[in-house]
Amino acid sequence: MAARGYDDVVLAAPVTVPYVRYSTHGAHWFLGRAVAGLIAAAKIPKRQIDGLAVASFTLAPDTAVGLTQHLGLTLRWLDHVPMGGASGIVSIRRAARAVQGGDAEIVACVGGDTNHTDSFRRNTANFSQFAQDAVYPYGSGGPNTSFALLTAYYMRRHGATREDFGKLCVAQRTNALENPLALFKKPLTLADYLNARLVADPLRLFDCVMPCAGAEGFLVMRRGTAEKLGLPFARLLGAVERHNAFPADPIQDRGGWALDRDALYAQAGVGPDDIDFLETYDDYPVINVLQFEGLGFCPEGGGAEFIRANSFEVAGSFPFNTSGGQLSVGQAGAAGGHLGIVEAIRQLSGQTLGARVPDARHGLISGFGMINYDRGICSGAALLAAA
Amino acid sequence: MAQVVKRPKRKNPVERTRLPTLPPATRSRVALGLTAAAARGRFELQVCRDCGAVQYPPREVCRICLSQRLFWRRQDGMGELISDTTLHAAQELFFRERLPWRIGDVRLDSGVNVIAYVHHNVGAPPCRIRIEAALDRSGQAALVAMPERGRPALSDDPKLREMTCNPRARKILVTDGKSAVGQAVARALAAAGADLIWIGMAEPWKKSAGFDALRELPQAKVVPLDVTDSRSVRELAGEIGGKVDILVNTSDCHRAFSLAARRGVETAQLEMDVNYFGLLRLAQEFAPTLKARAADGDANAIAWVNVLSVFALSNYPPHGTYSASKAAAWSLSQNLRADLRPAGVRVINLFPGPVDDEWDQLEMPPKLSPAALAAALVQSLQGSVEDVYPGDVAQDWLARNLESPKTLERELGEFDR
Repeated sequence: MAARGYDDVVLAAPVTVPYVRYSTHGAHWFLGRAVAGLIAAAKIPKRQIDGLAVASFTLAPDTAVGLTQHLGLTLRWLDHVPMGGASGIVSIRRAARAVQGGDAEIVACVGGDTNHTDSFRRNTANFSQFAQDAVYPYGSGGPNTSFALLTAYYMRRHGATREDFGKLCVAQRTNALENPLALFKKPLTLADYLNARLVADPLRLFDCVMPCAGAEGFLVMRRGTAEKLGLPFARLLGAVERHNAFPADPIQDRGGWALDRDALYAQAGVGPDDIDFLETYDDYPVINVLQFEGLGFCPEGGGAEFIRANSFEVAGSFPFNTSGGQLSVGQAGAAGGHLGIVEAIRQLSGQTLGARVPDARHGLISGFGMINYDRGICSGAALLAAA
Repeated sequence: MAQVVKRPKRKNPVERTRLPTLPPATRSRVALGLTAAAARGRFELQVCRDCGAVQYPPREVCRICLSQRLFWRRQDGMGELISDTTLHAAQELFFRERLPWRIGDVRLDSGVNVIAYVHHNVGAPPCRIRIEAALDRSGQAALVAMPERGRPALSDDPKLREMTCNPRARKILVTDGKSAVGQAVARALAAAGADLIWIGMAEPWKKSAGFDALRELPQAKVVPLDVTDSRSVRELAGEIGGKVDILVNTSDCHRAFSLAARRGVETAQLEMDVNYFGLLRLAQEFAPTLKARAADGDANAIAWVNVLSVFALSNYPPHGTYSASKAAAWSLSQNLRADLRPAGVRVINLFPGPVDDEWDQLEMPPKLSPAALAAALVQSLQGSVEDVYPGDVAQDWLARNLESPKTLERELGEFDR
């Protein structure tokens, strides 16, 4: 049975709490600043927000529940979405159904984390039971280990090269240079990328996302609400999620998108050829390639060829991670699962901070998250359109 | 190729001293099953009693049929290395001190994936490998991908060597060289390349040809040590405690008799004084220095070995008081293990069955020769285990005890062995 469409649900008020490498603030500060940014952008009183979806790794011992009291929000709809890089997409899906069904009128979706000097190590050391029992004790490399294994496998199996991955990273940096909020301000050359310090063979420094502190947020509401408030918005045409896809694969060289992309495009009524830009979850470049393939832009295993045939800058043949992506903006924990969504809303509603994709009508955002053991478990995607 | 461990250079006191750090030791309760097997040198995974599916990482319920009936079963470890990486950055200090590390993703033939250390003799993926379970310096199970053929030793790989306590080039105290076992142990350690072996001598008036022959070993140095005398233990610890890399407790008092065979407690007290209080005295004097030197370069303190007895598992009435003293020592050794584990010093317990010596004369064969016991002891140091049950009788008792401690108790009480 095909899922019901999203009717006139829209996303508005894209907000970024500027990233910093390290912060002395707690996660509550970043999430609180994000909610403050949302009501400022929407020019509404706090009480008009009646729904909240929260994603954060460093909010513990609190959850979304604690945040309501901390921020003084009285809500009739609340969700906590512990899905890392897929959390933003999942929040959209949950929030859209809530406003469609009338359970909430304006849902604030926020994702964010703080980053103290030792918090990344603590987070990875306690990431999941499987990681604690069966991955972290082997060298304590954190996600670097997992993605090195996936990257090495993909390169061997499909003939991708370091230059292919480097081309994506260099293009993202070019995009980031236009984004005033990106933490990386220096241009990156392919030689810089290829000759950077080894982290976990074949990964080098610029393959690895940099942990930082920050938050992202947006509002989900009906089109009529946005128009009444005078807010620019992007329309939600379709969205999918999948958890623990292909458990029998010996190693991850595809994600759940392969199972869901047909449903996504059918729900949205547009196909891959109609997409004007793509925002992927990009903590390491290999996962971008799995998203190109899974979302139907090229066949499985054809990622390297696709990279060689395209250019990925905002003005390129395939505009991609137009704000710079996490690899050039920074990974503010669960904010990373919202970065692409916030950028896509900006692109489609004429509110870009940096370069704008000319005449963009359709943007695709993809999420990927939670290396629970040997592979990423959560995947999702959402298709947005300009008003 | 096997790399010969070289004798460590004399330490330069001006250089940085590496402080003890450990790999992460936190595990879920269910994952400790892997460690329990690895402590005995076995690679076991959970298997579903209902559908037969092998499980990894350890679980509470079957990943296929959701059955709760999972049990640990020995695995052959055969599989394929599908991807590998060499880590040049690590978050934990233990790994950061010892970079780089080779880590692999292995698909076992049983259908599960394991993340494992990769022995440096293993080729590039894809290739066939065999997974072995070892113990890391935290005392937790660590899986290692070994070449499918050739059976190299863990200690051939410089990184994995730290999972062993190889006696080569080490300074070792053997607490009692008077017994047949003590002498065999000293000889076996010398043959395994020990650099220096202090051999404890109690009762100097008691002459023994075997002991005198030990003095001829170039590595041997006889030292006075009476484990029933606190002052003797303290004095020796003061003299050599800061140099001992491995302490092998061979001190043993065995006076075979059962509860009803003899009046009075004096003989049983003597057994306790050597077997239990002797260990306690040694632990109090030597353990603190061992802990302090646990990470001191290549010449660090690494292990403590106790020669216990399989009679410790369940009382063997013909040797009733001896069994009790060894059970007491076993219990204390667990305390010692908990004390030394945070420093990364391994406590290895050997539980031999009857030994072919004067005190087990009336035991029927099979009996373990002192040389075989010594060989098992050296092997346990070269490998990566905590509990060793050398010989056929010990293996038999262990199996019976795992199956049903009550049945073993009853059998030992009614029959001999």
